[in-house]
Amino acid sequence: MKTIWKQFSVLPSFSLTLGFTIFYLSLFVLLPLSAVFLKTATMDWGALWVTVTDPRVLASYKLSFGASCVAALINMVFGLLIAWVLVRYSFPGKRIIDGLVDLPFALPTAVAGIALTAIYSENGIIGHYLQLFGIKVAFTPFGIIVALTFIGLPFVVRTVQPILEDLDAHVEEAAASLGATGWQTFRRVILPELYPALLTGFALAFARALGEYGSVVFISGNMPMYTEITPLLIMSKLEQFDYAGATALAAVMLLASFVLLLFINLIQWRTGRRYAAKG
Amino acid sequence: MQRLREGNKGKRNGLLYGLVFSMMAALTLGGCSGSSKETGTAAEAGISAKEAVQILNVSYDPTRELYQEYDKAFSAYWKKKTGQTVNIKQSHGGSGKQARAVIDGLEADVVTLALAYDIDAIQSKGLIKENWQKILPSNSSPYTSTIVFLVRKGNPKGIKDWDDLIKPGVSIITPNPKTSGGARWNYLAAWGYALKKQGGDENKAKEFVTKIIKNVPVLDSGARGATTTFVERGIGDVLITWENDALLAVNKLGKGNFEIVNPSLSILAEPPVAVVDKVVDKRGTREISEEYLKYLYSEEGQEIAAKNYYRPESKTVAAKYGKQFPKINMFTIDELFGGWNQAQKAHFSDGGVFDQIYKP
Amino acid sequence: MENPIPSIRVQPKSGTIIRWLLIGIAFLFLFLFLLLPLFTVFYEALKEGAQAYLASLTEPDALAAIRLTLLTAAIAVPLNLIFGIAASWAIAKFEFRGKHLLLTLIDLPFAVSPVISGLIFVLLFGTEGLFAPLLAKYDVQIIFAVPGIILATVFVTFPFVARELIPLMQSQGTEEEEAARSLGASGWQIFFRVTLPNMKWGLLYGVILCNARAMGEFGAVSVVSGHIRGLTNTMPLHVEILYNEYNFAAAFAVASLLALLAIVTLIAKSIVEWKTVHQEYTRR
Repeated sequence: MKTIWKQFSVLPSFSLTLGFTIFYLSLFVLLPLSAVFLKTATMDWGALWVTVTDPRVLASYKLSFGASCVAALINMVFGLLIAWVLVRYSFPGKRIIDGLVDLPFALPTAVAGIALTAIYSENGIIGHYLQLFGIKVAFTPFGIIVALTFIGLPFVVRTVQPILEDLDAHVEEAAASLGATGWQTFRRVILPELYPALLTGFALAFARALGEYGSVVFISGNMPMYTEITPLLIMSKLEQFDYAGATALAAVMLLASFVLLLFINLIQWRTGRRYAAKG
Repeated sequence: MQRLREGNKGKRNGLLYGLVFSMMAALTLGGCSGSSKETGTAAEAGISAKEAVQILNVSYDPTRELYQEYDKAFSAYWKKKTGQTVNIKQSHGGSGKQARAVIDGLEADVVTLALAYDIDAIQSKGLIKENWQKILPSNSSPYTSTIVFLVRKGNPKGIKDWDDLIKPGVSIITPNPKTSGGARWNYLAAWGYALKKQGGDENKAKEFVTKIIKNVPVLDSGARGATTTFVERGIGDVLITWENDALLAVNKLGKGNFEIVNPSLSILAEPPVAVVDKVVDKRGTREISEEYLKYLYSEEGQEIAAKNYYRPESKTVAAKYGKQFPKINMFTIDELFGGWNQAQKAHFSDGGVFDQIYKP
Repeated sequence: MENPIPSIRVQPKSGTIIRWLLIGIAFLFLFLFLLLPLFTVFYEALKEGAQAYLASLTEPDALAAIRLTLLTAAIAVPLNLIFGIAASWAIAKFEFRGKHLLLTLIDLPFAVSPVISGLIFVLLFGTEGLFAPLLAKYDVQIIFAVPGIILATVFVTFPFVARELIPLMQSQGTEEEEAARSLGASGWQIFFRVTLPNMKWGLLYGVILCNARAMGEFGAVSVVSGHIRGLTNTMPLHVEILYNEYNFAAAFAVASLLALLAIVTLIAKSIVEWKTVHQEYTRR
């Protein structure tokens, strides 16, 4: 480590690139985001507190955080499964499936929302059958979870996949030779290695789902206290020309996202250190 | 290693601070130069009297078809009258959203919105003259509409009037009044009906409207979204909507699958129009913009409005389309609610009656 | 090495069952969540025939929307590309304090609600925004015009290239660059001869994802666009407008174009990935 550190300074352009990075970051991200806090600051603390703790707003936090969490959990389980299948097995159409995983990144969210609503509403292809069992998806919190699962799927797959690829197969083989069953090997040997990546993927999917608007408004039904997400409340505050109120909610969501992301980066930093210590 | 890092850190921190300051300076400069580059495109929209002129009409969702047709007619009329080519750009969206865009700097020459409250909001920022609603006839509303019910073919739930909407098991589709202008008309129509029926008892009216809202399974964010939910997704027994959108749905969307039910009493919806004074004075488009709105009241303009299912203001055109627009008893918002500002404050602002209905 | 292999082959039966079970679940999940929506888009788009499909794509407003979308991507992607390279160089090749904060800030646009991403530019450049006096003085229109759409797009696609490059460059280390340096290469030489060839596939992958997102962004752009037909409507906004006109087939036709774009993007990405693997092998 010591030698590497010394040699770092050999390379040029640190100040140039870092300077540009910070400049560009400030211009396009920090400065615009600061506007949210400046506008929020025009409210006094009492009004701010009332706005962000209104019962309807609280219900929307619960829904936004709850649905995002469930969707991210679903993605964690199935994302791991898909990553596992893609890395460990070969089967026809594997390349197509692998490519398809990124679809939610590329498909406009509004299109995804409309398509999902068409599928899961009572007269849709799937909603029609679910209806027979008395299950309603579109226009209920389930619908929101469906949309958010769609949005967040690539995050888990794409963070777990490379780690799984790098995992040494010998360790598993060794475990198997010691008489461990497949499940034991998976739980005791593989899963611990994947935890950081899984957590990162989870947190990314969670953070992305929190703010999602375009796809959710189509499928959620927007019922106050029931299926009204926080971004929608921000929108409806804007409709009433209540900019300060809108930015107050925006600030709450921004802080939540920031904390989440910081948390991810700390996990990555820690695992990075652990590996370094091992090496 | 630790010490090495510390040493380097000091140096780097100095560097960082320097960068931050130079960045701040560059930021302001960059901001200006970067944006002024774009002036070219913005200025192109500017107008000189002889050349082709472009104006922007910022409107709400259900007027798309109306203005598509009207813009063509007006262009022809203006060309004939002045020899000038006019290119009319349209922007459609939720009424409140559109008003906000104009306030935030969307350079609309004219606004044609769903309710006076939204134009008042623009006016309160000084973009429009205070007496705007007195400038053109009929409260500056060249066409009107009302709120009716759309039901499925054969009216399986037997919906006849507002009273049928509070029956348990009737599923009602209406958009969210917080985000949709049309939904506010729906809500006020129901309120007004209950108020008149109960002899002005506000509490009973609230109870009535609460019962209606409890029957709503989906609150779309806009009127068009609500129609789609009802027509395409097949959800709900009755859609409360603009008469013009209901007629459109019956005649174009799902021919033969839907019927219109006219309630015994409804609200007179007056979607107003106004010239945005500040913008037209800046762009030099006052003359054409005023003429654009005035021509809506002409025979041709009224005819186009009626064809697109808006109740025309002109008596002769109204007589011609009498079959399309049956007589419905209507009250106005001024009569029952003392105008939009009061209605908005009492019912739709945060903590207003609509929010109270949803209070747990 | 000899031993483990037979021991794995001892249990092929349950292994095969589990294997196909897992593949089956993966397929089912992807079918329900990804393939079906994709299929719906194309089905609805072609419902009224190929002619109606083509007509809705070649109509002037649709063409204007396509042009604007391409223009936006053509400006936003290169900007974020340059940023991505600079940021990954600084972050991956050097150690400094506050790196994690910087990384978190770069990630932030991932997690910011699209509604907020649009709102912030209104707060800055709107009539009552921070820069309003300045803009009024020079008569510059930013929001509700093309610059605002580009700004919002840059914001939303901000992390993609940098996020792709940083881990890649970190894993590649700095030995090669240092060797080049010690041989007397200049900074640009190092970059073009050593760093760029090493990261080119990762770079391309980042650009592809960034581009896809730039073309598909809806929420943020919707807030700053003003929805002027033929002027400030991007393709996703045009989809919404057509949808609100009850013109469902046309709406899905434009949407299918975006989906096609996504698919082409994904194919390009697969090729890139294949090349990356290939390159790794040849390097070894």
